[in-house]
Amino acid sequence: MAANGFQPVTLTVNGSDYPIMVEPRRTLVDALRHDLALTGTKKVCAMGDCGACTVIVDGRAMYSCLLLAVDCAGRAITTIEGLAHGNNLSPLQEAFVASDGFQCGFCTSGQIMSLHALLQAHPHPSDEEIARAVTGNICRCGAYANIVKAGREAAEAMARQQEA
Amino acid sequence: MRAFAYASPRSLDEAIALLDGAGDGHAGGTRLLAGGTDLLTLMQADLIAPERLVDIKRLAELDDRIEDGAEGLTIGALATLAELEEDPFVQSRYPILAEAAGLAATPQLRNMATLGGNLLQRPRCWYFRDSRVHCWLKGGDLCYARGGENQHHALFDVSPCVAVHPSDPAVALLALDARVRLRGPSGEREISLGSFFAPPEDGRRKETTQADNEVIVAVRIPPRHADARGVYLKAMERKAWAFALVSVAAVLRLEAGRIAEVSVALGGVAPAPWHARDAEQVLVGAESSADLFARAADAALTGAGALAKNGYKLPLAKALLRRALADLTGQPVD
Repeated sequence: MAANGFQPVTLTVNGSDYPIMVEPRRTLVDALRHDLALTGTKKVCAMGDCGACTVIVDGRAMYSCLLLAVDCAGRAITTIEGLAHGNNLSPLQEAFVASDGFQCGFCTSGQIMSLHALLQAHPHPSDEEIARAVTGNICRCGAYANIVKAGREAAEAMARQQEA
Repeated sequence: MRAFAYASPRSLDEAIALLDGAGDGHAGGTRLLAGGTDLLTLMQADLIAPERLVDIKRLAELDDRIEDGAEGLTIGALATLAELEEDPFVQSRYPILAEAAGLAATPQLRNMATLGGNLLQRPRCWYFRDSRVHCWLKGGDLCYARGGENQHHALFDVSPCVAVHPSDPAVALLALDARVRLRGPSGEREISLGSFFAPPEDGRRKETTQADNEVIVAVRIPPRHADARGVYLKAMERKAWAFALVSVAAVLRLEAGRIAEVSVALGGVAPAPWHARDAEQVLVGAESSADLFARAADAALTGAGALAKNGYKLPLAKALLRRALADLTGQPVD
């Protein structure tokens, strides 16, 4: 049985393995931000209410504030840092810029991760599916209309890329 | 969040042994960790402080399988709400359950939350969720919602606590006569969902009759007539990511224009999902009509009474039930 105190866990984030020592109470969002210095994932409510900390675990969007780091060994984690290739933003990130899909930006990485998970699973979503994919991501600036527009434009851009 | 130890047992019996004598995990003790979506919020809010969490997600004896067979539909306790919502068989044969799962929470939470944990989640009452308030449900003397902010609270006064049970799938499963398979130190038992849930009382200040050293293994929906149809309707303060103000689950089968069998459950009206037997008695054997549905809706709320701020739930529950029955029988909604 595990004792109190620190224990080793290897997190697989954006394709790289990160062996770290954590307390069992370390949430994934804290491990990402503090142990891995991947601060693109934001922590706001830490209660699964706001969606700012959304990451993709084994292909599914999840709240990293309600996952324990020790519980994530062997699971494929994708964060906002894993979407761009060098300086080239992903089509979805480009669409957020082009559509003015954010204002203060604090919810943005979570919004993008939710839509990224949707587009990976359903490359041709309906407007309703796009809106539904971000129901768990709160934007207090109220950029919702342009967030959904960004999702639509990203889906179209990805479809065009596939045709070309 | 307070420090705790994390255990990954190799068998379910080992996990159950860790629960034995460990109390309910309120202060100290041991708690099981599956999806964690309710457990970690309770711990973050310092409502509970277990000494140890036991990971049960990787045990061979527990699974997320959704399987149809001679005994009906068996759903492994680890099935997520997203898996229930997306399962093609559930969508085609039990759309009521897919709807209820899909109307719960958010995509992220549905991807994480297991059905077992969904049934065991604690109420959303703001007094209960505030660690500074020592309410009756947490071992105190008073239910502060009774004389306080009770706009989201119960219509049926069946417990010292007037918080409502927050699960959507539980309401649909109650209407489907589902059963819960529990495993404890001395083996397995299967009980009806109606007896799994019970309004909290002195000596058992929680919403279920599950023993502290029992684990939900599966939920089973017994086979039913292929012509039975079900619907789940949920009234919310906003279109998504809200707990039910009131919800209605109804399952019904028509035979030559008459209601041959019917099952009605309500959510958001009591500390446990509410089986509306009085409504069923009005409906069964009768010919469907708007008048019948109005009488059934009145019967469903027999014994209900409003607190100071939740009176709106009475007409809301009745209207939802009338709409559900009209939908299932192809009658116009008046």
